Amino acid sequence: MIEPVIDIAVYNELADTAGAEFAAELAGTFMEEAPGMLAEMRAAQAAGSADAFRRAAHSLKTNGITFGANRLGAMARDVELGGFVTDAAPVDALEAEYRKVAAALKEIIGG
Amino acid sequence: MAERGARLLVADDNKVNRLLLARSLEMQGHKVASAENGLRALEMLRAEPFDLLLLDMEMPEMDGFQVLEHMVADTRLRDLPVIVTSSLEGVAHVVRCLELGADDFLQKPVNPVILKARINSSLEKKRLRDQQEDMVRRFATSAVAEDLQKSGFTLGGKRIECTVMFSDIRGFTALCESQAPEETIELLNTYYALMFDAIAAHGGVVNQMIGDGLMAIFGAPLPLAEPALAAVRVALDMIETVGMFNAERTALGKEPIRIGIGIASGEVVAGYTGTEARATYTCIGDAVNLAARLEAHTKAAGRDILIDGSTQAALDARVPTQALGEVQFKGKGAAVPVFSVMAQAQH
Repeated sequence: MIEPVIDIAVYNELADTAGAEFAAELAGTFMEEAPGMLAEMRAAQAAGSADAFRRAAHSLKTNGITFGANRLGAMARDVELGGFVTDAAPVDALEAEYRKVAAALKEIIGG
Repeated sequence: MAERGARLLVADDNKVNRLLLARSLEMQGHKVASAENGLRALEMLRAEPFDLLLLDMEMPEMDGFQVLEHMVADTRLRDLPVIVTSSLEGVAHVVRCLELGADDFLQKPVNPVILKARINSSLEKKRLRDQQEDMVRRFATSAVAEDLQKSGFTLGGKRIECTVMFSDIRGFTALCESQAPEETIELLNTYYALMFDAIAAHGGVVNQMIGDGLMAIFGAPLPLAEPALAAVRVALDMIETVGMFNAERTALGKEPIRIGIGIASGEVVAGYTGTEARATYTCIGDAVNLAARLEAHTKAAGRDILIDGSTQAALDARVPTQALGEVQFKGKGAAVPVFSVMAQAQH
């Protein structure tokens, strides 16, 4: 069985405790911020800034887990703890997973 | 409820985290402000009062560890409760946060129920600490209160040279019997307020109040340049203040009060005695006994202020005194020289 992009139970709990409307707004904020985090990771790679690279991955991990995007969270965690790399592949993979997460979130908010 | 409506600061560089945390806290009835990095958080903490800080660790500009380090070094921020909310992994990080003074470490994403419980517990601790500080301030000078905050209530004594003063209202029992209890309490409160001001103004510490009597220490727990001179000046101020107080009382058709003051200097053992929960700063030693005896002797001697030889010598003739000869006190092996301070000559 393939793990869903978003663990709906986690998202529903967020909506229950913080309010459905707030959760939807928060997901919107995440989608505004996340592309910036991915861009920051690439910029940090180019600049050789290990701190900024790790911090951006850390943010993406935390936010992913908040919305139940567990695979995104796990991938970001691997990057965060894996040390500084200049290889584009891990960031590309994160970005691809993020696109799926964003699509799933939009569907949840819309539906 | 004391825990509701506290002012909290959320420091987190991540907008989603910040909004979510602020939302949880607002739903619990708190007022929330937020800062997007450690530097901004410190600025805000220094500019306005907060009851608690929720601190992320991974932040640009200044990270959470640095914020904690700055807070420990700042007497005004050192006691502010901090709850770390972080998704940093590893026990070492948690330990480092706690060692730097954080109250708690909560893993992100933060469970709202646990968050609420931890916040309430931290706020309650802060309330008790504020209350304790307030009590310390009420009984000591702000310098002493700060010393206590810095060193903590370490029980156990040390030997120090200091000056001890005892004072009480003469004929107080008769006075109590002649007036309503409410009036006596009011009299005591006014009297204490006046005396505390005089003592604090010269760097003394009131460490005991029993009925109408009080004991003050000069030169401990914080050193004073001239404890004997300070104590004698306080005594003179007290006599003068009581004079003015009596003028008011006489105008109201009330009986004037008279006070007696005894002062002695020497080495005492000073320290906090009691338990961690309830401690008092006290001095034990010859000077303490002697000051108490001198105060009791004021009535027989017909003088307001009596001091011992050490105190008189330390005055170095800057305040006029009169030798009254040697007096044999109860509990003292040999007779000791007693001096009277000339109250009127000072003013």
